[in-house]
Amino acid sequence: MEQFIFWAFAAMLVFSACMVITVRNPVHAVLFLVVAFVASSGLWLLLEAEFLAIALVLVYVGAVMVLFLFVVMMLDINIARLREGFIRYLPVGAAFAVATVVAMGLVVGSKNFGLERYAAPARKAAGYDNTAELGTLLYTRFLYPFEIAGLVLLVAIIAAIALAMRDTRQVKNPKPERQVEVRREERVRIVKMPAERRT
Amino acid sequence: MNMIDYIGALPEILLLALLCVVLLVGVFSTDEDQNAAYWLAQFALLAVFVANTNIGARTRLVLFDGMYIRDSMAIVLKDFILAFAIIGLVYARDYLRARRIVSAEFYVLALMAILGMMVLVSAGSLLTVYLGLELLSLSLYAMVAMHRNSAAASEAAMKYFVVGALASGLLLYGISMLYGITGSVDIGIVRNALAGSGGNPLATYALVFIVAGVAFKLGAVPFHMWIPDVYEGAPTAVTMFIATAPKITAFAMAMRLLVDGLQPLALDWQVMLTWLAVGSMLLGNIVAIVQSNIKRMLAYSTIAHMGFLLLGVLSANTGGYAGAMFYAIVYALMTLGAFGVVMLVAGEGSAEADRILDFKGLAQRSPWFALVMLIMMFSLAGVPPFAGFWAKWFVIKEVIAAGYVWLAGLAVLSSIIGAYYYLQVIRMMYFEQPEYIGEVHASGDMEIALSANGVAVLLLGVMPGLLMAVCIAAMRG
Repeated sequence: MEQFIFWAFAAMLVFSACMVITVRNPVHAVLFLVVAFVASSGLWLLLEAEFLAIALVLVYVGAVMVLFLFVVMMLDINIARLREGFIRYLPVGAAFAVATVVAMGLVVGSKNFGLERYAAPARKAAGYDNTAELGTLLYTRFLYPFEIAGLVLLVAIIAAIALAMRDTRQVKNPKPERQVEVRREERVRIVKMPAERRT
Repeated sequence: MNMIDYIGALPEILLLALLCVVLLVGVFSTDEDQNAAYWLAQFALLAVFVANTNIGARTRLVLFDGMYIRDSMAIVLKDFILAFAIIGLVYARDYLRARRIVSAEFYVLALMAILGMMVLVSAGSLLTVYLGLELLSLSLYAMVAMHRNSAAASEAAMKYFVVGALASGLLLYGISMLYGITGSVDIGIVRNALAGSGGNPLATYALVFIVAGVAFKLGAVPFHMWIPDVYEGAPTAVTMFIATAPKITAFAMAMRLLVDGLQPLALDWQVMLTWLAVGSMLLGNIVAIVQSNIKRMLAYSTIAHMGFLLLGVLSANTGGYAGAMFYAIVYALMTLGAFGVVMLVAGEGSAEADRILDFKGLAQRSPWFALVMLIMMFSLAGVPPFAGFWAKWFVIKEVIAAGYVWLAGLAVLSSIIGAYYYLQVIRMMYFEQPEYIGEVHASGDMEIALSANGVAVLLLGVMPGLLMAVCIAAMRG
């Protein structure tokens, strides 16, 4: 039964991930991304990482992707232009993709990553609370990276505001004191051009 | 978690605290030039420099459960990162003010990027390597895009962001593989686990992705595509910032990941780095010849120099690492000066001076700064009395000692090819008539810093032993 659920979710994940990059309509791509997130949270549930699975659905599917959907719908994306180079680059891209997948399949298979090389982790008891464990670890052993992750978010906020916020002043008024100071070099640039014959 | 952890990481904590002050000052300041934010940022960097140099003994400290390492390599590299950032901000200030892209956020993002570099340099775990890298990269993307009215800058930022995100993804995939094999993200534990397991194809597989991530950050061929476009499109002040301290950081990242963590796979990564180095040295030096834009030319020169830096790393011994460290520091110093002169020539108008033709007759307009540029160009080309020569000398010596004589020959050949385009700039400055008239102006502190930068390159050329001794001590300690 567990095997069946795993394969179902895994197939759903691979299929929707492929659809994200191949469908024509960006809104559909976003919706397929939502499906991909749900499928991977299903896989996490099978790994008994309940908290992470629920956080993935709540945070990514519930908040981030909905916001993303709005952004995509607001933007007027010209799909024809995005696809211009698609056919031209397809042979090279496909060759690389196939080569990579084959190489990956050879290495990351059950031969090297199977149960005989890496034993499955022991099942935890029924009362095991991985939310509490996660919380304890985050604020003790992983405090330093946790704080830096917070800083990464701070940078994102500062950068987004600094880039998005235009000058609040809408009216353009000349500044006489700067107009007086203007120098020739700021207004005139001497460009040398060869003489041309009139045709 | 106890007090010693916080005292050991005081430089980072201090930088974070002062950075928040700069952010707040920027919010409440009405000054258009943001002088308060500028001076506070300089003060922050200086204070962190002093704290970093003086706190604690120079013995190896492992803090925060192995997440943070304070060893002498970290201390020395952080000192140089901070010093170059201080000089870089001096150069950048006039340029930013003249182009009206100065804002408190610019200084905040610069400080954040430096914090990211410090985290990365001291990383003791794959997790902190990744987070430091993200903190650094995200700040840099935003700094490139700061010039909002410039289409070239927006395009450069977009390219940098997309390629950088891909590189982070590759690195993360490699890290996840290592975690899968060893069950830990701690660099020391990963190393012990790999040393015990013997030839594991999965470890080599993970290594490929990690080398790709490092090569993206360094800008080594074939992961160099972003460098020319980003260097050309970004405001020169930001280009200078990307070209200097982050390269030292990328060296530290290579050391932490490849040497500290993946030493058991040294035979594998030596082969990979050899080809990266060959590609970078040849492509960088040959393509740079046809560039007419000096920022693009310096971009290809970066690619070539990163090839040389990799020569030191792939020698895989203490001498080679020290040589690569010397190379990273000297390279950053030379590039800092070269971009400083580019910004100086651009002057106070809003125009750029990024064509090589703009340097025509600089020797008549400003004999002293033409001389500084001459020093930088000779040094980048690797002409003997300057620091750049010794940087090349040390890595080539080590690579021969490691048995790669053909690689050394190729390095010498490519640097001879490379000399052409550096000498081209010198020819423009000294043997052509100026197109523009008028002296080249700069504020007093910029002129002093730029002069000191030129003198430093000359001084290190005369006495390379000073810095080399520091590098060797850092690698041993």
